[in-house]
Amino acid sequence: MDFNGHKPIYLQIYDHVCERILNGEFRSGDRVMSVRELGIELGVNPNTVMRAFERLQMKEIIATKRGIGFYVCDDAKEKILSEQKKEFLETEVPEFLKKMELYGIKMEDIIKCRV
Amino acid sequence: MIKINNLDFAYNNTQVFKNISLEFEKGNIYGLLGENGVGKTTLLKLICGLQKPQHGSVTVDGLTPSMRQPQFLQNVYFLPEEVITEDTTPEKFIQKIGVFYPRYDFALFNQLMKELEVDLAKKFNELSHGQKKKALLACALSLQTDYLFLDEPTNGLDIPSKALFRKVISQYCNDETTVIISTHQVKDVENLIDPIIILDRDDVLLKASFAEITKKLYFEYGPERLQNAYYTEMLPGGYINVMPNEDGLESNINIEALFNAVMKNKETIKNLMQNE
Repeated sequence: MDFNGHKPIYLQIYDHVCERILNGEFRSGDRVMSVRELGIELGVNPNTVMRAFERLQMKEIIATKRGIGFYVCDDAKEKILSEQKKEFLETEVPEFLKKMELYGIKMEDIIKCRV
Repeated sequence: MIKINNLDFAYNNTQVFKNISLEFEKGNIYGLLGENGVGKTTLLKLICGLQKPQHGSVTVDGLTPSMRQPQFLQNVYFLPEEVITEDTTPEKFIQKIGVFYPRYDFALFNQLMKELEVDLAKKFNELSHGQKKKALLACALSLQTDYLFLDEPTNGLDIPSKALFRKVISQYCNDETTVIISTHQVKDVENLIDPIIILDRDDVLLKASFAEITKKLYFEYGPERLQNAYYTEMLPGGYINVMPNEDGLESNINIEALFNAVMKNKETIKNLMQNE
């Protein structure tokens, strides 16, 4: 995993786990790796991974079960997708529209791009 | 827990610490930063009992390091920056010192040597600088002490070894361990160290976790130099501005920029971090 400069690392780890749920590596009900395991895999401070896991728990993407550790919640995928959709609409789309205006690109030009 | 209270220390007439107080809690990997000669190594030596405070106290789980009691020494390991060049193999070396450490694990030593790709057959004085550092790291980690102090551990390591270093340190840590890494190579330990301590001559300028730092400071990556920034640095593709975090925004710490911001605004940032 490559970390980029702008986003806090714990949020990048949060995204990384979401990605692995979306691509089916961790399915609903599956045990997710432990904080420790992911910390070792990424070579980051376990406290940073813990912060990412706390956020995942707060968003009800993962939950803890005694004796098992963290597992993926039932509708984790839907929650991640709806959160990402919201983020896309709230941050990426306005940015995109701003650039369209700046470059003088019309909606027709965008439609033409569609494959 | 390591407790330093009102510590004074000087080498002959050169004052290194003046009335500093500092605590280290277990379960953390501390990054100890500071310009050359501010006393990073001296601080580690005071904590592990190689130096004695002239005033004030240092205690580790209630024990006084400079008394060098076995129950203290068996739970502490300090890996200095200067590497030894003994005419012996790392294997013989660890077997010799391992007996003093109750949790020492020879199988772990072998596993780490393999993981770090160090030639088991060679003696220390036949290994390259980087290989020597890795062999000594394998030795240090296999002792499994709760307190581990590393002085410039990534100096001389090649690029893949630096990633391995982060991995083995992350693996080493648990709720009981306290690791302190003193370094100038902040890029090598960027996502590993948290909290960060910045030492200055006589003083501690900053001791804070990433969460505490980002609450007070905002790292802005953008196309321009901002006026009210504590520190600005040009990066490829723009600038990084270290700003007061007035709007409670989240950002990613750039440790080099943080360090420079603190050095340029010692009192301001010290006060900012102390205010609740």
